[in-house]
Amino acid sequence: MSGANSRTVRRARAGTTEAPWVRYTLITVALLFMLLFLVLPLAAVFAEALRKGFGAYLDGLREPDAWSAIKLTLITALIAVPLNLVFGVAAAWCIAKYEFRGKAFLTTLVDLPFSVSPVVAGLVYVLMFGAQGWFGPWLQAHDIKIIFAVPGIVLATVFVTFPFIARELIPLMQAQGNDEEQAAIVLGATGWQTFWYVTLPNIKWGLLYGVILCNARAMGEFGAVSVVSGHIRGQTNTIPLHVEILYNEYQSVAAFAAASLLALLALVTLVIKSIAEWRNEQQMKAAAELPPERPAPATAPSAR
Amino acid sequence: MTAATSVAARGAMTAPAQAGRRASKRVLPGFGLTLGYTLFYLSIIVLIPLSALIFKTFTLTWEQFWAAISAPRVMASYRLTFGASFIAAVVNLFFGLLIAWVLVRYKFPGKKIVDALVDLPFALPTAVAGISLTALLASNGWVGQYLEPLGIQLAFKPAGIVIALIFIGLPFVVRTVQPVLEDAEKELEEAATCLGATRLQTFTKVILPSITPALLTGFAMAFARAVGEYGSVIFIAGNMPMISEITPLIIIGKLEQYDYAGATAVAVVMLVISFILLLVINALQAWQRRHAGAPA
Repeated sequence: MSGANSRTVRRARAGTTEAPWVRYTLITVALLFMLLFLVLPLAAVFAEALRKGFGAYLDGLREPDAWSAIKLTLITALIAVPLNLVFGVAAAWCIAKYEFRGKAFLTTLVDLPFSVSPVVAGLVYVLMFGAQGWFGPWLQAHDIKIIFAVPGIVLATVFVTFPFIARELIPLMQAQGNDEEQAAIVLGATGWQTFWYVTLPNIKWGLLYGVILCNARAMGEFGAVSVVSGHIRGQTNTIPLHVEILYNEYQSVAAFAAASLLALLALVTLVIKSIAEWRNEQQMKAAAELPPERPAPATAPSAR
Repeated sequence: MTAATSVAARGAMTAPAQAGRRASKRVLPGFGLTLGYTLFYLSIIVLIPLSALIFKTFTLTWEQFWAAISAPRVMASYRLTFGASFIAAVVNLFFGLLIAWVLVRYKFPGKKIVDALVDLPFALPTAVAGISLTALLASNGWVGQYLEPLGIQLAFKPAGIVIALIFIGLPFVVRTVQPVLEDAEKELEEAATCLGATRLQTFTKVILPSITPALLTGFAMAFARAVGEYGSVIFIAGNMPMISEITPLIIIGKLEQYDYAGATAVAVVMLVISFILLLVINALQAWQRRHAGAPA
């Protein structure tokens, strides 16, 4: 009787996994695909950059044009990321904490820059601020340059990285609900204190990941920036545009050297992302281990 | 008199109840501020610039607009862009499911690193991916040198575009399917097995239907991203008119010739398509939520 029972259990367990050979084949195919499509391109960047030795690699980075590209990229990210950070927090607060008419439509609009081609994103700013654009004549009369200058690059970058932080925060804040904030308000905290001492500690890891991803995209944006930059060497070239110019001039080592900086940035981004995800899990687990105050409110995310 | 008191009583009962409901909704301050700022920022960064695009097209007559968006070279670019994006999204559908499955269901050494690596195409700038894939697939590259003797040339051909689009689209499918697979109830699979289903039947009849909405969402996202992609494609495509010229490149080409109206017309077509794709993705996500909520 117990023998039959354990056989049933074993069968049931076998029913939720595959035969070993199927498992190993699937793992091998998946890993091979990732090796070919993800690892090889990443490795190729560093291999090509170091093909003529470390000296040539450093020479590629020491050029004045490369330096000004690095500086412009940093400036762009330093402006674009905080702007989108403030927006992301504000948008996540009003979308996650309140119910209002048109919320779904607003969420869709926030996502819109994700699906707009970067080239189209650049074009819209040319149409607004370019010589023949809406504000073109006025800007020319006042001697303000936006297109083919730094402000245009910043604007295009802001557009392309617009939803990243909001997208990261909205589901996180929705999952956490309003209970803690309401308790803080009832206990007499101001709205600002509530955000700073209650909400922010809860969302910090998600926020960090949103910021780091937004930063990676801001520094690496190519299509939109390429349309508005005008490719003036030493002035309006970001690192990705610098990479393109060098590559088209067959300066392969220098191109890949500059590209390797961005690849390093991508790797750092992935590491921070993994840490943030891990810390977030820890936080969730710690919260789950607290004694329940009410019969399991968090287990039904769909009930709202 | 009794009627009056009952009305008063009803009023006294409903007023606090209503106030209470409103208070619980709006007890948190900052709704006006955050919504106002969100709408303001959204308008100046996204909505007004995009409307500039729409208004610019009104300077064209319908004939001019139609001529700009239906020129043979532009039509060829649509075919290439949508064809290559579709093939890449289908490849990602299969391999994205496979990778998500392996990451959720199996244990193997280095799994954490593999899991983190899936997001590489999100983090790696597209231009870097473009030159790197080109270097790999060129006739003297790590991969290209083995393909060339076989008569397979990928770089500077439409096939190369598909490779680049597979690269940038992969995380979308993996990251939409992975959480759904993690939440899938094993009891259903156990039940299927106990009722005599083979493992393959369990997969196709029990697991696959439950992850179909997520799969399609990931597919649509990968497709939408691929249609607009520029940076990674232009390096590997070769950019031959009529053969390997993608639609975003047509826009750039028109801009470089100061044909703003023509560029705008093609851009509007792309914008409309990306808006439709966004609505499709939203509908798929709503379906997914209903699907997940249904058994509970």
